[in-house]
Amino acid sequence: MMSDIPATSPRPQAFGGTTYAPEEPGSDVWVLNVGPQHPATHTTLRHVLELDGERVLSCTVHIGYLHSGFEKLGEHLNYNQYVVVTDRMNYVSPMANNIAWHHACEKLFGIEITPRCKAIRTIIAELARIQDHLVCVGCSGLDLGGYTPFMYFFNARELIYDIFEECCGHRFTTSYTRVGGLMQDVRPRWAEMVKHFCTEVLPPAIVDFEKLLTRNRIFIERTKDIGYLSRDDAVNWGVTGPLARASGVRRDLRKDEPYLCYADNWDGQGTRGVEFKVPISDGGDCLGRYLVRLEEIRQSAHIIMQLVDNIPAGPVNVLPDDKQTLPDKAEVYFSIEGLIHHFEQIMTNRGHTPPVGEAYGANETANGELGFYLVSDGGNTPYRARCRPPSFINYQCFEKLVVGHQISDVIAVLSAMNVIAAELDR
Amino acid sequence: MKAAAPTYQGSREEFLTTRLDALVDMLRQYGVNWARKNSLWPLPFATACCGIELMGVGASRYDIARFGAEVMRFTPRQCDLLICAGRVAIKMMPVLQRIYMQMCEPKWVISMGACASSGGVFDTYAVIQGIDQFLPVDVYVPGCPPRPETLLEGVMAVQRIVEQEGIRTSRERGRGLRLTVQPAAELVQIGTEARS
Amino acid sequence: MTKTVQRVITALQEAFPDVDFAVAPLLAGRRPEEEQVCVRVPPTRLAGVMRFLYEDRRCRFEQLCDLTCVDYLNFPEATDRFGVTYALLSLTLGHRLWVKCFVNDPDPEVPSATGIWQGANWLEREVWDMFGVRFTGHPDLRRILTWEGFPAHPLRKDYPLRGRGERENYEVIHRDSA
Repeated sequence: MMSDIPATSPRPQAFGGTTYAPEEPGSDVWVLNVGPQHPATHTTLRHVLELDGERVLSCTVHIGYLHSGFEKLGEHLNYNQYVVVTDRMNYVSPMANNIAWHHACEKLFGIEITPRCKAIRTIIAELARIQDHLVCVGCSGLDLGGYTPFMYFFNARELIYDIFEECCGHRFTTSYTRVGGLMQDVRPRWAEMVKHFCTEVLPPAIVDFEKLLTRNRIFIERTKDIGYLSRDDAVNWGVTGPLARASGVRRDLRKDEPYLCYADNWDGQGTRGVEFKVPISDGGDCLGRYLVRLEEIRQSAHIIMQLVDNIPAGPVNVLPDDKQTLPDKAEVYFSIEGLIHHFEQIMTNRGHTPPVGEAYGANETANGELGFYLVSDGGNTPYRARCRPPSFINYQCFEKLVVGHQISDVIAVLSAMNVIAAELDR
Repeated sequence: MKAAAPTYQGSREEFLTTRLDALVDMLRQYGVNWARKNSLWPLPFATACCGIELMGVGASRYDIARFGAEVMRFTPRQCDLLICAGRVAIKMMPVLQRIYMQMCEPKWVISMGACASSGGVFDTYAVIQGIDQFLPVDVYVPGCPPRPETLLEGVMAVQRIVEQEGIRTSRERGRGLRLTVQPAAELVQIGTEARS
Repeated sequence: MTKTVQRVITALQEAFPDVDFAVAPLLAGRRPEEEQVCVRVPPTRLAGVMRFLYEDRRCRFEQLCDLTCVDYLNFPEATDRFGVTYALLSLTLGHRLWVKCFVNDPDPEVPSATGIWQGANWLEREVWDMFGVRFTGHPDLRRILTWEGFPAHPLRKDYPLRGRGERENYEVIHRDSA
């Protein structure tokens, strides 16, 4: 491919072409560059810290080191194809992104999914939340110098991978949802695995976590009163998720704008929504964030146990009569109608016929409110697929949180925020 | 590759060195390579999803320590195996190149996952379509992301390169072997359950 | 449209009688309680309307949930090009409102909302980076996802998906030069 760029066009430099003022001679201020390749930044974040000794005077954040054009790609892939890209968005809990994406799509199409699908989606959304919190909490232990918690947390996480592999065939990038349903139904063995995880694996693991971190004096002293975020600031900055709840914001989309099985009457027969509590901390510091996450893990397990024995029978996909959903694979392979229907869906000049308009659908994922704002011109692909990324919006206040702390506290604040670079830069 | 025998003055030393020379030669052939291949120090250049699988490889179930490569170092000056895990965006490519240049010889590069090897699903303006356009790569590990077993296979491929090529520097190796780990998937016929 | 959103619309129309808000749901043909309501505001009045929505007792939009832009270049029946879209959220009253502000080439400009919601900071930088819509009064309007000197605004509809060769514009490192 020929390059359209003239030879004189500026190439990106190793630090993104951004410069900062050099240290003035004789001044005590020292400029330290952290990232973009640094173990404690987890992925690709870059901070430029101005230091007075070890105290942080100011912090400038540079992002975009993982910008991959997700939203541009969303304009060229159809509503089923884009789910593959959402896997790679918050790659710590891909299932939650799948569900959020198709939640928004179904809002646009006006599809009400089946009760069985709702129950399965709720279970995997909660498993994804556990999965995400496990990495976040494990890595905050790792960043603060404890390697052991990381090993314990990952052990529990591997079992969630097994559960996902059982239902969709891949342990990591799942792409499990489709418009109006799921890729395939789950087998009875899957429910057994989920139950085994929630009763046999997770409770002793949580006891281990408490021993390793909650009662660990070093961990507490490294996180208590570090990175304080007040409630008003959290609201004004647009912070959501565990970060906001650790600052005392009473907001959880599962309670405030209920969807899936969190809503009452989700199966059309008057069943109440699942019972759970939303943990709130008024500490506003890193310890509060850790405690909120740990409690959310317990509540998620509680939600899963309510549902896993009561998954309603019936089809997992809505009936393909309105030609919006993909037909069952067995039908595609062994009947001519199914094959025609499948082709109608996947051929580039056919496919989805959404109404012209715009829709916003949001889910409460592990990091906060993950929303998709879809603009449709009636065509096969979205006209615009905007993602409201919780990491991006949460991460803004980082520059303010670390001022006045020591360098080592910068790492503590960062790991308690759980910034996922792919979701941040998209 | 045989090292030139050093010339020593004096008969007794000469006697010793001829024996030692044979030993050193053997050690160079087998021992050093054996030691080196089992003590690769990787630099996890983890940018995206593959980075989480890389963490999984380092964690308890898959345990990369079985292959002697658990000593993850985050400074390029201490490492000899660059694992590029995840897609490389246009803004990140100069950083990757600088890190590669900072690594000491001898050094090897694993391109982990579809995105690092070819751009993967991200055929967009912002993603490098394969880091091997701008950087020498030794082993390509397929998968999106590769399963931990596949990455371990990639590490073993680097070990084979070390075994065969020895400790030559990048300049001497030229284009190198450029291995690709073969995906060892077992094909299962779809739809047999529905038919029976 | 729910009751609280109805009250917001009434309050807006009382406070700004000269502005045509063109109140409409984002997506027609849904049940009234599921409707997501959108109002249109001209860029000259945007700052005042936003301040009102933040402060008024009936609105109380404490949070800017999202700020984005849509390039309506080839959209059927579109008259303006860039639609800067604000998604507002009230935590106390629990309602949402979408505010759209249309601007056009050659010099799309919108007043910044950073004075009201601090969270607008990076969102506005992203819109500037991706669409080239300037926000007047923004404290630090730099590119955020690409680097300074990037030759285009990538999410505009006239920018190709695979770029104009930015991804090939690097020096090649060979084994000889390493």
